[in-house]
Amino acid sequence: MKKSKIFWIYIAVALVVYAIVELLIVNGQLDMYYSNLFITIAINIILAVSLHLVIGITGQFSIGHAGFLAVGAYISAIFTTNLGFPFPVALIIGAIVAAVAGLIVGIPTLRLKGDYLAIATLGFAEIIRIIFLNIDYVGGAAGMQVDYLTTWTYAFFGVLITIIVIANFTNSRHGRACIAVREDEIAADAMGINTTYYKVLAFAIGSFFAGLAGGLFAHNFFIIQPSQFGFLKSFDILIYVVLGGLGSLSGAVIAAILLTVISLYLQDFPETRMIIYSLVLIIVMLYRPSGLMGTKEITDFFKFNKKAKGGKVNE
Amino acid sequence: MLTINEINVFYGNIQALKGVSLEVNEGEIVTLIGANGAGKSTLLKTVSGLLKPKQGTIEFQGKTIAGKAAQTIVKAGISHVPEGRRVFSNMSVEENLDLGAYLRKDHKAVAEDKERIFKIFPILLERRKQLSGTLSGGEQQMLAMGRAIMARPKLLLLDEPSMGLAPLMVKTIFHTIEEIRKEGTTILLVEQNAHMALSIADRAYVIETGHVVLSGLAKDLQEAEQVKAAYLGGL
Repeated sequence: MKKSKIFWIYIAVALVVYAIVELLIVNGQLDMYYSNLFITIAINIILAVSLHLVIGITGQFSIGHAGFLAVGAYISAIFTTNLGFPFPVALIIGAIVAAVAGLIVGIPTLRLKGDYLAIATLGFAEIIRIIFLNIDYVGGAAGMQVDYLTTWTYAFFGVLITIIVIANFTNSRHGRACIAVREDEIAADAMGINTTYYKVLAFAIGSFFAGLAGGLFAHNFFIIQPSQFGFLKSFDILIYVVLGGLGSLSGAVIAAILLTVISLYLQDFPETRMIIYSLVLIIVMLYRPSGLMGTKEITDFFKFNKKAKGGKVNE
Repeated sequence: MLTINEINVFYGNIQALKGVSLEVNEGEIVTLIGANGAGKSTLLKTVSGLLKPKQGTIEFQGKTIAGKAAQTIVKAGISHVPEGRRVFSNMSVEENLDLGAYLRKDHKAVAEDKERIFKIFPILLERRKQLSGTLSGGEQQMLAMGRAIMARPKLLLLDEPSMGLAPLMVKTIFHTIEEIRKEGTTILLVEQNAHMALSIADRAYVIETGHVVLSGLAKDLQEAEQVKAAYLGGL
C-alpha cells in the first residue's frame, strides 16, 4: 500500500533532478562539455542496469553486451539518417532489433554455463562488430555519419524507463524466478521454474535496453565506427556491474556514474589514464570484494522502504 | 502411483541406469538404497524430469511423464528435494518457501501451507527472515524439504536427506519424513544410510551399478544376508 506512494516520491525526485539539469543546460550554465558528460553518464547507466539484469539478477555471465549496443546504435542510425524516421521511433526500433538479436544469441548459448557462456557471448559481440565492419551501407571501418539528436531529455527518460522496468521486473514473480536461477539452477528446475525461459527472457530484456543505449550513443556524436563496440566496451560495462556489486541495481548505477566521471577527468592525463583507472578498480576490489554495494540497494539504507533489493522482495 | 518400467539413462556415453523398473504405491514410503554411483540420484532426477531416459517408460497416476519438462512434472504433483539440499542461499527462509510454491496460484492456500510447514519445522519459523545460506546443514535440509512440500506434491522425492548431518539431526529428519507421510504424501527416499531408511520404509529396492538387484518389504530386506553384508555393516 505504501509502496506506490514511495514509488511516486522517487519519480518526483528524479524529475526534479532532470528539471534542474535541463534548466542549467537551457540557460547555458552547463556547456556542451558538461551536458555531454550527463548524457554519457545516462547512457552508461542504461548499459550497466541492463547488464545487471543478466549478470547480477539472473547470474548469466555475459560479456558481449557491446554487441547489442552496436546493434541498437547502427539500426537506429540507419533509421534516422538513411531512412528519415523520427528519433524516438528509431530508438525503439533499434532496441527491438537488439532484443531480437538477444533472442537469437540467447536461445542456443544460454544452455552453456559460466565460462562457456562468457566465451560464446564474447564471440557473438565480435561477430556483430565484424559484420558492421564489412557492410558498406553503414560505412565499414570508416564509420557512419549520424545526426546529432541525443539530448539530455531523451537520455534521462531512457534511464528512467530502464530503471523502472528492470526494478519492477526484479521485484516481480519473474524476478524471483530469475534470482532462483542465479542461486541454484538445478534447484530452480526442481521447483518447476522454466530456467531456460527466464534466462532467455532476462537476456532479451537486457539486450533491449542495451539497444536503447546504443541508439542514444550513436546520436550523441556525429559518427559511429565498429571499433567503438569492441570487447573493451563490453568489459567497461561488465566493470560497472561488478564494481557496483553483483545483484545491486543502485550499485550498478553508482559505479556507472563514478567510473564515467573518473575516466572523463583522467583524459587530461592520457599517459597515466589507464594505470590510474586500473588502480581504482584494483583498490575497490581489494577492499570491497563484493562491489561497492554488495547485493544491497541504496534504498535499504532508508528505514522507510526496502524496494528493489537484488534478491530480496519485501512483503 | 508411480510406475517405472525398464528405463535406460545415459550421461553422454556412460549408462547410469540399465533397465530399471520400480513401483511406488499411494501412501507408501519406498526407499532406494545402494552405494555411491549406483544410480540412485540418477533415478530421482529422471523421475523429476531433470534427466531424460533414453528408453523405457515412467507413469505417474496413469499418465506418462518420461521425458517431460521438469515444470510439467512438478505440476503433475511430484516434488524433488535434490541431493545436497540446494537452498537458495542468498534468499531468506521465507522466500525459499515462496519459491517452492512457484507454480501455484492459490495464494491463500499457499499461506496456509507455509504456516503448516512452520508447524512441522518450528526452527524455520524462528529463522524466517534469515538468509538460508546461514542456516546449519540440518536446518537447510528441513528448509529444502519444506520448500518441496510447498508445491503440495502427491509424491515427494527425497535425495539423501541424511547426508552430512549429525546423528541426532538424522533422527529428527527421519521422524519428519514419517510425519509427512502421515499427512498423506507418498515418499520415494534415496539413502546411503540403509539402516535408517529401512527402518521407516514400507518397501525397498537395492540398486547396484545401474541395476535393481533386490527388492521387497523393508523389514525383509533388513534381514537379508546380502543387504546386511553390503549395507548394514554385516551385523
